[in-house]
Amino acid sequence: MTRHTLSVLVENKPGVLARIAGLFSRRGFNIDSLAVGPTENPEVSRMTIVISVDRLPLEQVTKQLNKLVNVLKIVELDDQSVQRELVLVKVKANDAMRSNVLEVVTLFRAKVVDVAPETLTIEATGSREKLEALLRVLEPYGIKELVQSGMVAVGRGGKSISDRALRSVERPA
Amino acid sequence: MAEHMTGAASLIKSLEHAGVDTVFGIPGGAILPAYDPLMDSEQVRHILVRHEQAAGHAAEGYAQTSGKVGVCMATSGPGATNLVTPIADAYMDSVPIVAITGQVPSAAIGTDAFQEADISGITMPIVKHNYLVTDPAEIPRVIAEAFHLAGTGRPGPVLVDISKDALAAQTTFEWPDEIELPGYRPNTTPHGKQLKEAAKLIAKSKRPVLYIGGGIVRSGAAPELLELAEMTGIPVVTTLMARGAFPDSHPQNLGMPGMHGTVPAVGALQKADLLIALGTRFDDRVTGKLDSFAPDAKVIHADIDPAEIGKNRHADVPIVGDARATIIGLIDALKSRKDDIDIAQWWETLNGWKERFPLGYDAHPDALEPQFVIERLGQIVGPDAIYVAGVGQHQMWASQFINYEKPGHWLNSGGLGTMGYSVPAAMGAKVGAPDKVVWAIDGDGCFQMTNQELATCAINNIPIKVALINNSSLGMVRQWQTLFYNERYSNTDLQSHQFPDFVKLAEAYGCYGLRADSREQVDAVIEKAMSLNDAPVVIDFQVHRDAMVWPMVPAGTSNDLITTARDLAPAWDRED
Repeated sequence: MTRHTLSVLVENKPGVLARIAGLFSRRGFNIDSLAVGPTENPEVSRMTIVISVDRLPLEQVTKQLNKLVNVLKIVELDDQSVQRELVLVKVKANDAMRSNVLEVVTLFRAKVVDVAPETLTIEATGSREKLEALLRVLEPYGIKELVQSGMVAVGRGGKSISDRALRSVERPA
Repeated sequence: MAEHMTGAASLIKSLEHAGVDTVFGIPGGAILPAYDPLMDSEQVRHILVRHEQAAGHAAEGYAQTSGKVGVCMATSGPGATNLVTPIADAYMDSVPIVAITGQVPSAAIGTDAFQEADISGITMPIVKHNYLVTDPAEIPRVIAEAFHLAGTGRPGPVLVDISKDALAAQTTFEWPDEIELPGYRPNTTPHGKQLKEAAKLIAKSKRPVLYIGGGIVRSGAAPELLELAEMTGIPVVTTLMARGAFPDSHPQNLGMPGMHGTVPAVGALQKADLLIALGTRFDDRVTGKLDSFAPDAKVIHADIDPAEIGKNRHADVPIVGDARATIIGLIDALKSRKDDIDIAQWWETLNGWKERFPLGYDAHPDALEPQFVIERLGQIVGPDAIYVAGVGQHQMWASQFINYEKPGHWLNSGGLGTMGYSVPAAMGAKVGAPDKVVWAIDGDGCFQMTNQELATCAINNIPIKVALINNSSLGMVRQWQTLFYNERYSNTDLQSHQFPDFVKLAEAYGCYGLRADSREQVDAVIEKAMSLNDAPVVIDFQVHRDAMVWPMVPAGTSNDLITTARDLAPAWDRED
């Protein structure tokens, strides 16, 4: 199985998320990560869905997704695309440890967004690998709380996925 | 010009604009506003059924004989959930229906209000699309879209759930000039390059088979299929959903493939070097164990739904398009190559199988055989009638022992396998084709799930005829118990030779009730039923319960393991 990142443009209508999530679960596909939000067009939302599947089931996923009336376009983004996740992490940091934790924050170009006597809350964005590395380094200090977003991704270069030039993954046979 | 009216009036006017002439349904609290203007519609006839499930199946039957989109209507909550089975049925068999349900007032949605059920959430996995409407201004657009979605591309069910306040509120009616669905663009035109590739494979194949599915019926491609088959001489198998898409009397027709298919049809697929699969979806009841299905065959797979191509079996030549357009394209692409097709040797093998393994059944020494009843029914009534089966043994026998010559004359619940389909679907079929003779062929188990609709038929002058194949059992389940559960008949004895008295039941519903329990009575009782047209007729054929459906491929096994009778495997697989 390999990881695939799908960018799905959908009509911004009620129930769209349920339609897509339901389709994945009833067809037996697991979603690794899902992020949804508005786009440059207020009538269109964009979902970034990460799934681990083989090539053939991936084709079936995209074909089934394309059958949903509210789905406008599906593009698979390659590894070269810009992929980012966001993490908020509350780390134990008393007077003795605070400067060590702050050093890690600087090292990873993360940000402190809240300070309490015994904890620091850190915000970081980056690729999955970078965030995993950050968390590994923070772990020994004691992670009290962790929340992570789904991945968002965008292709490199001047084209946009709403351009005609970028073809939908499901090519008509 | 926009006209002012209530949401309910806008709904009825929208249905009229969509060309609706018949709605099957039952009113109730939330849908009640819609029933008031419905009463005044001169175009829309509402047929009041006895159970919402029947409204859905009737809409399916109506759609398949009229060629239009079928419509059913119900109230919120239990009314809507009773539509779930026929909606799922229409989804599996690609039947175009629109289901309209009332919903509790929008302010009450989500509060577990009286008769509230999230029917758009419930039906999401079994509809082509659905809508929850709370703004009355949206009603015309949504209805226009619903009919467009249901009837185009791969047909299917669309549900429109409308809140009671939207029906009651004042709004303006404006029928949309065009439909804007940017995410819905069914691809109906097959790709020329793929057609050429297909023609190339066909021309050099030695053992090709036209594997024909229900898509041919839905797209009205039967005449073109006949032309393609006769032009190439290639053998044809018609799946359960495609019975009648190619005439049974045609020498190139090998019959139905699959679990209860003929030996020639199953054998042809298994030994083929090329499957030309048109409007079919490689269902497990056809393929048996997938990895041993048609092991030597390349596959040309044409379907209007791209998701069906490659879903179960890899397609060497995928073609996305309407079946009729695809066949026309194939005929064209094959014109210059048809003389290359050399399948004389293949036909020698196939004709040998046809001769050695015809369909048949064992005579019973002193009881009526169900297969005999169905065979005689087909012979006496003929291929112009519409036959509507339930699900089980009688369905398989009706598929096997009646000769279908025309598309759209055989209706059944293929994908979902819905017991209880027959009577209400036959009712809808008769409304959709009032000049046709419509026979429901039902089992005693199925019949008792929906027979209340006989009242609807009697009251609304819908004179269907019911051949009740009464073996006093859940016959197909009993057959599996015989074969796979050591003849331990757990809960399959319905005792319906005893209760109910189906003749009295029929009469109680205002129908004619007839009975036959011996071969000698069969013809006379069928002819009697054919002569009675002022009310529905039910014939209680009391048949013996030990008849089994043969041939059979046990579920989940290879088609190579087909048996023509218990412990009797045909020698079709030998090299000779």
